[in-house]
Amino acid sequence: MRTADATATGGTTIEADPSVPTVRIVREFDAPRELVYRAHVDPELIARWLGPRSTDMRIETWDMRTGGEYRYTAVRDGEEIAHFYGSVHRVTENERIVQTFGFEEAPDAVSLDTLTLSDLPGGRARLEILSLVHDFAARDAMLASGMERGMNDGYAKLDALLAGLRPDA
Amino acid sequence: MVEEAERLSRVFAALADPTRRDMVARLTAGDATVSDLAAPYGVSLQAVSKHLRVLEEAGVVSRTRDAQRRPVHLDAEVFDLMTKWIERYRQQAEQRYRRLDAVLADLQDGEADLTGPSATELSEGAAG
Repeated sequence: MRTADATATGGTTIEADPSVPTVRIVREFDAPRELVYRAHVDPELIARWLGPRSTDMRIETWDMRTGGEYRYTAVRDGEEIAHFYGSVHRVTENERIVQTFGFEEAPDAVSLDTLTLSDLPGGRARLEILSLVHDFAARDAMLASGMERGMNDGYAKLDALLAGLRPDA
Repeated sequence: MVEEAERLSRVFAALADPTRRDMVARLTAGDATVSDLAAPYGVSLQAVSKHLRVLEEAGVVSRTRDAQRRPVHLDAEVFDLMTKWIERYRQQAEQRYRRLDAVLADLQDGEADLTGPSATELSEGAAG
């Protein structure tokens, strides 16, 4: 139920709680908290990392303010494969974003996501995302959807791209 | 996929109860009889049997039908399935955050070269 095998490169950890229908993701970044925050609220920046390599994320609305909303479409090979949207409940600059997350293909399957940023020593940052859904079946569907979407990703292509992009910090 | 999802839902529902989670934790050490399992809880054998039935229906544990002691056995495969799903989900998040790593590295490089203008442009982008 719990996978916490963080890799040497500050890998993502994930925890599916057995007693409440949540998924908690934690990841550390070699960048200050303010920059990680900006990469979440700036629509041009979010478009560069949100979707898998094989998929274009067409950002239609990205209004990351308290009371705002967002909407984007996943496009693969010219075909619209999913339409995501949510309400932005509350944004605390550089600290926390509380939002809903859903997609039109399953409009009743909504999750409440709380993204929390904190400082780490050495100008690094920690991101925690706690996603709460309304029952265990919904959480399982959420985890399972990862399987389907992940299959066609060109991981090798991505690795090659990252090798070129990522400077030694 | 749907059958697997239903199976996992039963597993998570079964494990939502702290007593059942504790039983499962103890069964990871080895098979146990119902009275072994009942001992630490101060509850009736019937109550423990009821918990075990939920775990059995979810496919988490099994009991030998014919043996007199009917030891309870933890079926680890169901956990493998869950671990597989969760690991795939984790990998996807990790791939996403590696892309974010690259964006953050670009931003930090850019700020070192062009301090004022690029930072202003970016914050304007954030506001819009």
